Amino acid sequence: MRQVLLLAQRSVIRTLRQPAMVFPSVFFPLLLLSINSSGLNSATRLPGFPTDSYFQFAIAIPFIQGALFSAMSAGTNVANDIETGFLNRLSLTPLRRVALMLGQLTGILALGLIQAATFLLVGIAFGDGLAAGLGGVPVLILLSLTISLAFGCIGAWVALRTGNGEAVQGVFPLFFAALFLSSMSLPRDLIETDWYRTVATYNPVSYMLEGIRSLFIVGWDAEALALGFACAGGVAAIAITASSMALRTRMVRT
Amino acid sequence: MSDAAIETQGLVREFKKGPRAVDGIDLRVEPGEVYGFLGPNGAGKSTTVHMLTTLLPPTSGRAWVAGHDVVEDGAAVRATIGAALQDAALDPFLTAREHLRLQTALHGMTGAEARERSNQLLERVGLVNAADRRVGGYSGGMRRRLDLALALVHRPRILFLDEPTTGLDVQSRSALWEEVQRLAADRGVTVFLTTQYLEEADVLADRIGIIDRGQIVAEGTPEALKDEIGRPTVEATPQDPADLGRTREVLARFGEPVPGSPKGAAVRLGGGDADLADVVRALDAESIEIEELQLHAPTLDDVFLAKTGRSLEGEAAPAEPAPA
Amino acid sequence: MSRGSFTSVARALAWRNIHNWFTNPTLIVPSLLFPLFFFTAFAGGLSRVDSIPGFDYAANYTTWIYGFVLLQAATFGGVFTGFSVARDFESGFARRLMLGAVNRGGIVAGYWLSALVRAATTITVVTIVALIAGLQVTGGGIDLIGLYVLAFLLNTVAMLFGTGVAMRLRTMQAGPLIQTPAFLLLFLAPVWLPYDLLTGWVHAAAAVNPLTLVLDTERGFLVGDPTKVLPAFLVVLLLVALTILWSRGGLRSAERAA
Repeated sequence: MRQVLLLAQRSVIRTLRQPAMVFPSVFFPLLLLSINSSGLNSATRLPGFPTDSYFQFAIAIPFIQGALFSAMSAGTNVANDIETGFLNRLSLTPLRRVALMLGQLTGILALGLIQAATFLLVGIAFGDGLAAGLGGVPVLILLSLTISLAFGCIGAWVALRTGNGEAVQGVFPLFFAALFLSSMSLPRDLIETDWYRTVATYNPVSYMLEGIRSLFIVGWDAEALALGFACAGGVAAIAITASSMALRTRMVRT
Repeated sequence: MSDAAIETQGLVREFKKGPRAVDGIDLRVEPGEVYGFLGPNGAGKSTTVHMLTTLLPPTSGRAWVAGHDVVEDGAAVRATIGAALQDAALDPFLTAREHLRLQTALHGMTGAEARERSNQLLERVGLVNAADRRVGGYSGGMRRRLDLALALVHRPRILFLDEPTTGLDVQSRSALWEEVQRLAADRGVTVFLTTQYLEEADVLADRIGIIDRGQIVAEGTPEALKDEIGRPTVEATPQDPADLGRTREVLARFGEPVPGSPKGAAVRLGGGDADLADVVRALDAESIEIEELQLHAPTLDDVFLAKTGRSLEGEAAPAEPAPA
Repeated sequence: MSRGSFTSVARALAWRNIHNWFTNPTLIVPSLLFPLFFFTAFAGGLSRVDSIPGFDYAANYTTWIYGFVLLQAATFGGVFTGFSVARDFESGFARRLMLGAVNRGGIVAGYWLSALVRAATTITVVTIVALIAGLQVTGGGIDLIGLYVLAFLLNTVAMLFGTGVAMRLRTMQAGPLIQTPAFLLLFLAPVWLPYDLLTGWVHAAAAVNPLTLVLDTERGFLVGDPTKVLPAFLVVLLLVALTILWSRGGLRSAERAA
């Protein structure tokens, strides 16, 4: 337990001491939200659009974009540890792999918490608030952190498998694609292009967005929340498992 | 169970689609000894260290460190060794004190004991004033010193240093040498040191193993190895550069040519020091005016040259495959 | 300064940049993928918005988005060339150019030529994909010439701007400083909806954004009904003139440091 705490502390300190990583992961999603909600507000006039504020619809997007930044940050940190030999140093101590893994995850969650809190405050300040009320706040934070964990562990997995930061950067377009080919810009039932709607329907990111969105627009939509948690949790479970296996290979010790 | 500090038998490491980085090494290091593992880039030094420190399993062969088998008893090996590997392996966002706090805690030290040990080590490596600055701003010498301090946290009996002074300035290098000598002399720590610097091996090591292309080609004390070669080198620089060719011809009568300065000719004297007078007479007989005449005692590079046909100082082999 | 040396420097550098771009997947793939990606995502995901009352355009939404993606590809072709300049300075290669080139103006010209080729390649790929996806071009030959000339002029503006920044900073830190203004200029314009359907601060920003005019004209070329052609070209030519001065200043700055 103490090992986990120490490594978690290191992970958090490291994250917070890199403003160049923290600031863009909060600022850019908000900038894009501002541009999108102003540029596409008229889309709310489409019959069947669930709200008359595009801001309220789009506020879910920064939560996902923030998670993508978390993925890059986590992956880059792990890759740095491998490239500098710091992982070898840790391997020579009595440190257990699971402690290292949990420590890394804590750093991801710390950044995720900063992002979620910021986006939530912006959503309340500039939008119509959270339809789910005060009780929705912990649910929103939990869902957001699960999403951050899912993407963060994917980033860590890439770093552990490849051992270099460039490979982590190279994955960014894939994440980008996953976000765009979803119900990011319009509700799924308003997407006109058949193939696009099909892809969005099979894309777990759509359900993560819709889960968060439901808390802002509808309040308590059990189906949307269940699907959101299931997709985020499912991706997180797969990513954590894959990362653990990759760590076992990377941190080979006799 | 071996009573040596480090022992290997037929140690081999092969990489996929690559050469044998370590090709059957037998060595034995006694407790309290400083063993220098000398070789050019790509010789297999770091791969050997990675196997001995349990970071890389051998392909075949066996090795024991502090009496524990490196494959079967890795955890016990790790408990008794410290290692400062080729990369300084530091987190640029942490301070030295934070590094030490992490390292002491990972080795099970807590509270006052951890703090005291950290302060002791900071003082020992001369980083007290920089202890609360982030490592990202440290010089190369400071990083190496912190690296060494971290390797010593748990008072290991055996210390592995993988090219510890590569890239350091002369002052930092001397400081590190002093620390290694103090560790061995005062505390009886066994030091396994890899290096590509002749002088470092010569100064620090009680015994040296010279490795080339994955195999040990020579082993012994620095003096014994040099005595084995036995023959000095003479180098003559003519006053008139146009006489260089004739100077070479004259010297070639007294031994085999060896690499020297671009303006001079050098040979290893077949008859030892006694030939020097004859060399002078021969040059005089040819009316070659000499600007400088030097007699060099055998060096470890001469040893390497004798064993491998190549000069260690001029050699640049392809890099070893990355162990991880 | 001889014209021959200007041309030979420009040609040699252009060849090297174009060769590197085509033979290096990490450079060419993102340049091609991102515009394609935006095109697919917007045309596919947002096509329903053309049924919003007030959205009057004489072609389908794919064509509407193509107008934007064309300019985006052209602009970012110039931006990425700016990145190349920054990278060359950071690696030391640019110092070699500065010391070796008889005519240093040829250096900027060389980067410009390579920017044009990069933009032309990307635009060709995007256009082919757009045609397959249902792009409806009803403009005539003159319209198409106007369409692509305007795009390549914008590519020149972006390239000269990026080069000016890169030559002043001479490190990859220039990247965000080149990219961010280009990004803002592109997105604070009627990207997804016509100007009249924009709301809030983006509507206000688009009113003063020169790209709004250019984008409108481009979309007009596509349907054979271009409006404000002369003002659009004048604005872009003015930007070209300003960025020529900007990049010249950058070259002087780099010369002083060489």
